[in-house]
Amino acid sequence: MRYDPNFKNYKRYYIYGIIFYAITLTINVFVIFLLFYLLITITIHGLPVLSVDFFLNPPSRFAARSGIFPAIMGTFWLMILTALFSIPMGVMAAIYLEEYSSKSSKFIELVKLNIQNLAGIPSIIYGILGLSLFVRGIELGRSLIAGALTMSLLILPTITIATQEALRAIPDSFRFAGYGVGMTRWQVIRHQVLPVAMPGILTGIILGLSRAIGETAPLIMIGALTFVAIAPTSIMDSFTVIPIQIFNWTTLPQMEFHKLAAGAILVLIVMLLIMNSFAIYLRIVFQRKLSL
Amino acid sequence: METLQQEQKRILTRAITESRENVFSRYGKTPSFSLTERLLKYTLTFFGWLTVVITLLIAYILIQDGVLFFSKVSPVDYFFGREWAPFGQPKKFGVLPLVNGTLMIAIGSIVIAAPLGLLTAVFLTQYATRQVREVTIPLIEILGGIPTVVYGYFALDVITPLLKKVFPEIEIFNALSATIVVGISLIPLVASLSADSIRAVPKSIQMGGYALGLTKFHVVTRIIVPAAFSGIVASVILAFARAIGETMAVTLAAGASPKLTLNYLESIQTMTAFIVQISLGDTPYGSIEYYTIYAVGLHLFLITLAFNWLALQLVRKYREVYR
Repeated sequence: MRYDPNFKNYKRYYIYGIIFYAITLTINVFVIFLLFYLLITITIHGLPVLSVDFFLNPPSRFAARSGIFPAIMGTFWLMILTALFSIPMGVMAAIYLEEYSSKSSKFIELVKLNIQNLAGIPSIIYGILGLSLFVRGIELGRSLIAGALTMSLLILPTITIATQEALRAIPDSFRFAGYGVGMTRWQVIRHQVLPVAMPGILTGIILGLSRAIGETAPLIMIGALTFVAIAPTSIMDSFTVIPIQIFNWTTLPQMEFHKLAAGAILVLIVMLLIMNSFAIYLRIVFQRKLSL
Repeated sequence: METLQQEQKRILTRAITESRENVFSRYGKTPSFSLTERLLKYTLTFFGWLTVVITLLIAYILIQDGVLFFSKVSPVDYFFGREWAPFGQPKKFGVLPLVNGTLMIAIGSIVIAAPLGLLTAVFLTQYATRQVREVTIPLIEILGGIPTVVYGYFALDVITPLLKKVFPEIEIFNALSATIVVGISLIPLVASLSADSIRAVPKSIQMGGYALGLTKFHVVTRIIVPAAFSGIVASVILAFARAIGETMAVTLAAGASPKLTLNYLESIQTMTAFIVQISLGDTPYGSIEYYTIYAVGLHLFLITLAFNWLALQLVRKYREVYR
């Protein structure tokens, strides 16, 4: 903008401003519209297939008899196992990096940078890692546990970074208060820092798990895309999950199977919305706790 | 029920009259050098180091099996070959068509996601009221949390039929609909990271603009956006790296025909889609086609690593400037 001694053109700038505001507003509305368009289309496509049979039947060659029972059970078991592996590892790594490691060490700087980079590696690379390491390397086969270990490695950086951020948000005065009454370092972490950081950590965990619930590529890599008609009963069983079932049905040429895919997407999205709303609720709790 | 004041008073009186261990019994008795403390420290250290081990494992596996591939196929043929036909007779391993397909999707989706994401961020941080923000941000986060396989379905069953009305000659599997859905899925990433860097611009600089008599339009476009520029660029680069690694949407929607083309209406194949194709088929373990996934995987790993690293450097830079 050029300096204008007579203020001849000032009105122009207000008009530009209004146009710019209108553009940003339109784009914002457009983005929200995209979300609703996506959700509504999938609801219209998928709602007719939802029935009790759809939830309780195994997949079949005949679209009318197909269901997602094994996929739901597979998703359930995979989530439990992934949570068991990834939450302790991710949270403990974050506690070490934020509370124990020396802040000035070049090596620790490098480790932190490395975790940021790990979070950006495509999920399919983790699939290759899982295939070579778990399926062939330690010969777990195409089992539930190989899938869960692969998923854990995939969401480990997400959980670690979120936990680190939650711990970093706790003011040092909380820690000094603990040391002041003679607590040891672990006691300070356990009784002073973790209770306040907990909602923030839980938010990170939910975000990580909701990423794992929708990931398809790594599981396809480790070979979960075989025809599975029964729900897994042990951790060495082969398995299928909802996203893989969606992928499977979408690749088939018949349109009836695409309808089934939309139904499965609906189930998946409802699960994700529940997890997301829980994460949003916890984030509000965390912010309130910190502002106390 | 005693009130907080009563409780504090009780604890304080006890603290004066009794020894510290009695009052703070859960804290006072274990010194820092006790066995439990040391064990805990070692356990935590172990998990902290685990992330380094994972990175080294990824690199080791990719490099080890990638080297096996390159001992049979010359790197010159791989990097400069213009034909990709690993199942053909004769086999051809020129990666350029896959790189071309990947870049088409990545560049196209950034062209969609960058302006939409940035202007959303500007609106949410500069113009929206608190209530609008509190409703809009979770909605946009939902858009980013939708699994990519869902975007693949969306591209195939919703976007492609729509595009068919505009371009009747479009193929069922085409680069354009994959590009559009990948672009949509990247909007939240660009928006949230740009919003962070916009928020990091100090209030004093903005107020300086108003003090000089600038309108809001000029404060936003000439002060805030330029000041947050390195962060905005970083968010776009991160989104670009994400688009390169994006798998399910492109596998479902873009097809499986590696071609050196720039026509978005045709079917193409990306590097990630090729890796999926190999693992879906019945390629025998140990054959040269099988080892291509490690070569392509290593290639992909290095590309995304480079972009991530670049973006992180930029983020660090702008964080240091306004501290």
